[in-house]
Order: sequence, then C-alpha cells, then structure tokens
Amino acid sequence: MTPELITFVILALVAIASAAGMILSRNAIYSALYLVLNFLTVAIFYLLLNAPFIALSQVAVYAGAIMVLFLFVIMLLGAEQVPLMLKQRQTIPAVLLALALAGALGVWFAGQAGVTGVIPEPVDTFGDPRAVGVELFFQYQLPFQITAVLLLVAMIGAIILTKREKGG
Amino acid sequence: MIPVSYYLVLSGILFSMGVLGVLLRRNALVVFMSIELMLNAANLAFVAFARTFNQLDGQIFVFFVMTVAAAEVAVGLSLIVAIFRSRNTVNVDELSSLKG
Amino acid sequence: MLLSETTTSGLFFNLAPWIVFFPVIGLLLNIIIGGRLTEKGIGAIAAIASGLAFVVSALLAYSLYVTEGHGETVLVAEWIRIGTLALDWAFRVDTLSVTMMLVVSGVGTLIHIYAIGYMHEDVRFKNDVGRYRRFFVFLNLFIAAMMILVSGDNYLMLFVGWEGVGLSSFLLIGFWYDMDTLGRPSWANSNAAKKAFITNRVGDFGFLIAGFLMFWYMGSFQFDAVFAAAPEVAKAHPEIILAMTIFMLIGVAGKSAQIPLFIWLPDAMAGPTPVSALIHAATMVTAGVYLVTRSAPIYDLSYDAQYIVTTVGAATALFAALIAVGQYDIKRVLAYSTISQLGFMVAAVGMGAYVAGMFHLITHAFFKALLFLSAGSVILGLERGHHHMAHGHGGHDAHHDDHAEVFDPGDMRNMGGLRKTMPVTFWLYIIGTLALAGIIPFAGFWSKDEILLDASLHYPHVYWILTAAAFLTAFYMGRQIWMVFFGEARHEAAARAEESPALITVPLMALAALSVLGGALNLPFKGFHQLGHWLEHTLGKMELLGFDLGVAGLSTLFALAAIGVSWFIYGRNPLKVGQVDPLRKPLGFIFAGMERKFYIDEAYKFLILDRYDDLARFTADVIDWKFWHDWFHDTVIAGSFLWISRTFLTEYADQKGIDAFANGIGAFTKDVSTRLRTLQSGFVRSYALFVLVGVVAILGYLLLK
Repeated sequence: MTPELITFVILALVAIASAAGMILSRNAIYSALYLVLNFLTVAIFYLLLNAPFIALSQVAVYAGAIMVLFLFVIMLLGAEQVPLMLKQRQTIPAVLLALALAGALGVWFAGQAGVTGVIPEPVDTFGDPRAVGVELFFQYQLPFQITAVLLLVAMIGAIILTKREKGG
Repeated sequence: MIPVSYYLVLSGILFSMGVLGVLLRRNALVVFMSIELMLNAANLAFVAFARTFNQLDGQIFVFFVMTVAAAEVAVGLSLIVAIFRSRNTVNVDELSSLKG
Repeated sequence: MLLSETTTSGLFFNLAPWIVFFPVIGLLLNIIIGGRLTEKGIGAIAAIASGLAFVVSALLAYSLYVTEGHGETVLVAEWIRIGTLALDWAFRVDTLSVTMMLVVSGVGTLIHIYAIGYMHEDVRFKNDVGRYRRFFVFLNLFIAAMMILVSGDNYLMLFVGWEGVGLSSFLLIGFWYDMDTLGRPSWANSNAAKKAFITNRVGDFGFLIAGFLMFWYMGSFQFDAVFAAAPEVAKAHPEIILAMTIFMLIGVAGKSAQIPLFIWLPDAMAGPTPVSALIHAATMVTAGVYLVTRSAPIYDLSYDAQYIVTTVGAATALFAALIAVGQYDIKRVLAYSTISQLGFMVAAVGMGAYVAGMFHLITHAFFKALLFLSAGSVILGLERGHHHMAHGHGGHDAHHDDHAEVFDPGDMRNMGGLRKTMPVTFWLYIIGTLALAGIIPFAGFWSKDEILLDASLHYPHVYWILTAAAFLTAFYMGRQIWMVFFGEARHEAAARAEESPALITVPLMALAALSVLGGALNLPFKGFHQLGHWLEHTLGKMELLGFDLGVAGLSTLFALAAIGVSWFIYGRNPLKVGQVDPLRKPLGFIFAGMERKFYIDEAYKFLILDRYDDLARFTADVIDWKFWHDWFHDTVIAGSFLWISRTFLTEYADQKGIDAFANGIGAFTKDVSTRLRTLQSGFVRSYALFVLVGVVAILGYLLLK
C-alpha cells in the first residue's frame, strides 16, 4: 500500500462516484456539476501521469468551457427537469450490456498487466508544454491546421443552426 | 508504481458508465454529457499509454480529441437548441419521427 | 394373251384371261357410256360381253380337246410373294374349270338376252326406268366374278371369286332395294339381300378356316401343291383333313344353300327373275359343288368327311322338297326346288361321284334356268293382264293400291288356265318340269339317275332319302303345273294375261332344247360317258357306272306316280277361287309346316338373331353404358379425376397446401416485419443499445479468440 496506490484508489472512487452521480442525478444541472467534478478528477489523474499540459487543458477546455456551455444551454432551455426514469424497457438490457462491456474491457486490460509491467520513471521534461508544443507543431502540423478549420466550421455551424428564421 | 492496467480498467469503467448514461437518460443534454464522459475515458487511456511507452503522441492525441470534443459540443448544443425551438422538448424519446 | 401369240401354236390357252376381261370391259363400258345408249344398246353390250366370254371358253375347250385334256396354267400377274408363300393370279385351264366356264357363260349369255326384254317391262312396272343400266352392270360383274372363281389356280383366287359372286348376289337381290315386288316403298328386298350376304358370310368363315388350316399344314394355297401334300398330312394328322373338309362344307352350305344355311335362297327370290335364274339356280349356287369337286383329292382322303357331306346333301334335298310342296309363290317353289337339287349335287360329290354331280349341275343349269325364266314370263304375263284389267276398269284405279286389293303376280292362287292364254310359255314350262322330274329321255333323268345309282351302291340310306326327294320333286312340280296352267283363271289378271314377246321366249327355247338333249353329255352306256372321260383328265380315273334298269325303272315309276298323285289332288278338280289347298285337311299340321317352311326362319330368329340382339344390347347397355360409361368413365375416371382436381388438388393441395404455404409466407413476413418494426421505434437510445450490443459482441469475440 503505497501512498500512490491509495491516492489512485481514492481518486478512482471519486471519479466513478461522480460519474454515477452524473448518470443518476435527477436534475440536469446536478449532472453537469457532477461531470465537472469528474473532469477535475481526471485532470488530477493526468497530473499523476506526467501530463501537466493536458491536465490543465482539460480543466480549461473541458471543465471550463464545455461544461459552462452545457450549463448555459441547460438553463437556457430549462431542461433541468427531465428526470431519470428507470422503469423503461431498456434498463435491464442496458445495464447488463454495460456490465458486459465493462467486464470485457476490464478483463482485457487487466490482462495487459503482465505485458506492460511497471512504468519506469520518465524524463523530467515529459509532458512539458514545451515538449508537447514541439511535438504538436512539428509532427502534427497538418492535423493541427485541420483542427483549426474544424473549429471554424463548428463555429459557423453553430451560428447557422441557431439562427432564427426571418419572420419568426 | 501503479500498473498501467489500473488506469485502463478505470478508463473502461468510466466508459461503460458513459454508455449507461447514453442508454438510460432521456434528457438530450445528459446524453450529451455522457458522451463527453466516454470521450474523457478514452482520453485517460490515451494518456496512460503515452506514459507507458514514454511517447508524447498519446498526449497530442488527447489534445486533438479535446479540440474536437469542444467543436462537437458546440455544434451539438446548437442542434439541441434548434430542436428545442421546433419541438419544445429535450426529451429524446419524443424525437421519434424515424419511427417505422 | 394376244390372239397373235396363240394362232401360231394353234391353241388358245393364252386367251384365258379374257373370260374375265370381257365382262369387265362390258361393265365399264356400260358405266361410262351407258347413260347415252338406249336400253337395247346397254343390254347388247352386256350380252355381247358375256357372249364373248362364252366364245373364249369354247376356244379353251377346243384347245383342251386338241391336247387331249392336258390343261395349262396361264399366269396373268404375280400377286402375293411373301417368304415361301407364292400366290399368283393364274388361270387354270383344265377340263373341270372349262366345263364350269362354258355353263356359266353359256347360260349367262342366254339369260342376258332374256333380261333385255324382261327388265324393259319390269322397270316400267316399278316406275324407275333409270335403273336399267345398273342391272346389266351388276350382271356383268357377276359373270366376271364367277369366272374368277372357276378359273382360279389356287384357293385364294377361288375365294376372291367366291366373295365377288357373293357381292354380286347381294347387289342383284337388292336391286329394287327400296320397293317391294309391286313398287311400293319397302325395305323387304334390302333385307333379303342382307340376309343372303350375311348367311354367305357365315359360310365364308368356314371356308377361311379351311384355308388357314390348309396354309398351316400344307404351306400353300395352290391346288397342285395342296393336293400333293394332302396324303402326308392325312397320314400324320387325319383329323386336320377332316376339319378342313368339314369347314369347307360350311362354306359350301352357305354358298350352295345346304342345311343349315339355305335360308337366304328363298328370300333371294326378291330379286328380278333373271337374277334368280342365273345366280340362284344355274351358276352361283353351284360354286359350292365346284369347290368340293375341285377339292376331290382332299375329300377322297377322309371317308368320314364324305359321309357327312353326302348326308347333309341328302337331308337338304328331302327337307327342301317337303317345304316346296306347301309354297304358293311360283318362284318360291322353284327356289326350294333349287335347294333340293343342290342337295342332290352335294350328295353326289360327297359320295365321290364327281362326274354325276357335275353332270347334274350342268343339266340343272339348263332346266332350272328354263323354269325360272318361264316363271318370269308367267309373272310378266300376269302383270300385263293386271295392267289391262286396270285400264279396262277406268284407267287410274289400279295404280292406287292403298284401298284396292294388293295384287301379287307371283301367287299361284291368282293363276290358272294360263295354258290357253300363254301357250308358248306353257310348253316351255312343261319341258322344264319333265326334265326336273326326271322323266326319260329328258336331261334331268340321266343326271339324277346316275346319282341315285351311285347312292344305291355305296350309301343305301342316302339312296332312299334321295328317292323320296325325287318323288316329292315330281309331285310339287305337277302341283305347280295343274295350279298355274290348268283349270280356270282364279283372278281377272290371269284371265287377261298375254304371251311374252320373242325377246323373252326365244332364249327359253334354246334352254328347252338343251334340257331335252342335255342328257347326251354323259349317257351311261359303253362308248359314251363323254363328260366322264372329259373330267377324268382332271379328276383322275374314276368308276364310270353303266345303266342300271332297276334303279332307273324305280325312279321313273316314282316320278310318274308322283305326277299322277298330283293330278289326282290338283288336276282332277282344279282349284277354285279362295279354295284352301286340298292337302291341308289330310296332312294337317305337316302341311302347315310345309307351308311355313317348318318355321326354320323363325327358329333361327329365336335362337340366333334375337340372342345376338340380346348380346349386342347387353354389351351396349350394360357393358358399354352401365359399366364402361356410367361406372368406369363417370364414376371411376371422371369421378376420381374430379375428386383429384376438386377435392384433393383444390382443397388439400392447393388451398390447404400451396395457398396456405404462400399465404403463410406472407403472413409470416408480415408478422416478422410487424415485430421487427417495433425495433424501428424511432428512439435513438434503443438504436444506441443495439450498437452497444454489437460492440460487446465484437469485443467478446476478440477477447475470446
């Protein structure tokens, strides 16, 4: 029981709990907030995995921008009051399948333990913003540009979709 | 040291929970959020593998995923807003005009 | 076949086919151009054709005389050549066939001449002048067929002629097919013709069976081949020879009117008188006698067959003579007389007395033709008298026969006293009667006596039967003479009867001369026996009997006694109008039997014809309709078919099977699609669920691999 393991377990539980909370919460706003918590937890995980840039990006983009956007829309549409209904026909198959999926994935990944073994200590500059930037702009220049275009398109799309028709 | 498989298992669990959310929730927005959760779980796996193989590619990928997720959320939410404008609901069950 | 060929050798054998060709040419000429000729012209063509056939026959006879009876076979055409069977159309010219040829063509020509005058009056009496030509066509056809019969070289050719004369007989008996003797519409003549043809056919059946046996055991139909092979077959299978001869006897019984197939001949009198004379007295009916004579080598091999043949002949002779006593129609008496005389002939050849049989055949042809034609003359006379009577009574009455009395010119009860009004006919008839009765020195005496003599030596029972028949023969002929020519006329038509013209009486005189002198052909004295010697060339050495005073005297005595008895009954007190036959009271039911021909036709009708009708009706109604149609067709076949198509195929196979299957597929598809449609709920989340299902499945598969 190393401290890292304890930290991991606790954080993992928090992540799972918040995910569960997101799913099961009656109020959409609560779901969003649970999700924010989940994101933050995952950001900490990123930190533990020597990915500081990604961690902070997560917080800034996901938890900061995306979730805020969600909250805006929820409140704009007044959608918070569509509650969960567990009595639907899909529940049992969905749960079973999800469990099956989880199980499959788990088994699979657990079986990878022997392969990967213990993670060696990385270099100090691993996950450094500088290193990431270098990687990003040299190796992945094209996808970067395309992503920029993608963002532009998304922006335009969002505007068009929400534009009101002339005359109401 | 925490074996990477732990992170992967966690990622799997989170992913499955995201799937559950997609399948069980009727609120379109919550469904969307579950999708974000799934993406997130995938991101976690990516980062874990980057750490394992000591390569930054995984993290770069996460960066892109995040960007795309953002774009996707933008468009998706605007879609939901547009649908809301016409149907006045965010209950996905009520959006069943594809019913055969 | 050409005259040129023959004159070089001096013999005329090659002319043999012309005995058939001349009559055929005659009939063809009459068919093609006869419509434009006068009646005399048509008759002349026919008579000349027949006459030419006679001339050729005479030339053939001369040739045979020159070659001393050595005959020849003249080949005309190859006919059947199959495997080992070789049958050709060949003319066999030997003494036996030439004898027949001479009789047929000679008597035939005389009758042709007679018929010219007779038919002239007959078609006018029956009101159908257009039919004159047809008569002579048929008559020539008959001559042609009879010639083929007697000149054939093998049994099959003989059979062709046999059938041909049967056909001609049918055509001629049924010449007035749609009217009776008085010209009224009736099918009586057609029925008589049919009866003749059908009865003949029964005989033909026997002939054919004999032919088949012949072919099977002897391998050929050719006379010489058969006769050569006969002795071996007789040794190996005597029963086959017996069967052959008995079946041939059936054919003879049909054609020559013996028991049991004689029933057609009396009815055949429905034909015109020349037909009765030629075919049913002189020639066709003698074909059976000729057949037995020709088949002498076969008959000589079986004593049993000969016994049966001669007994049948004798029985027929007596039976027919009995019936003749009770008949009233002038021609019918002569018909039964013919049957009776044929019985004499058949008895003769059955005994092996072939010469006697042939001799009687020839003399019978003479005097029977004479008698028939004279009877025809009598009938014509009565018809003329009737005509005068009708005109005398104011013209048109007599032709309305519906209310007036039906006048039968052949009924002897209407006649009487014709001696005065028709003297020529009377004397001719007397000559014929004396010849038939067998009074010396007429022809019939010599021929009949020879038969009786032969019978007395070999078959005594036959002798007594034939003697009794001869007694009756003289009796009924006497009866006829007294009834017809003596006494007073019992009907006005008879009183006004007229003599017939020369065209009719002259041929009769020729026949009368032959009836008187015909005995010279075969006088039974040493140094004579011309016919016997002549026929010996063909038939082989035979016993030629001499003259026996005992037999001859006895037969003459009986004949004279019979005539005396007939005078006593019929001549002394001639019959008056409406008087019943004097024999009726003394003989009672026997006379009734004679009158009604011993009910033989009725018996045949009951035993055979009606039973055949029953069988036919049974097969038609029951077997064909009830069983075959109603049950088998309708119930079984149609029913089962309908069942198959309606019930089985329609209901079960189609409706319940195929339809159900097809509908089932449809319904199933609909059902499935209805169910599947629920999947398309329109709920996105359920879609997502299915996606997840897929994912899990693939993952699981990859994991487990």
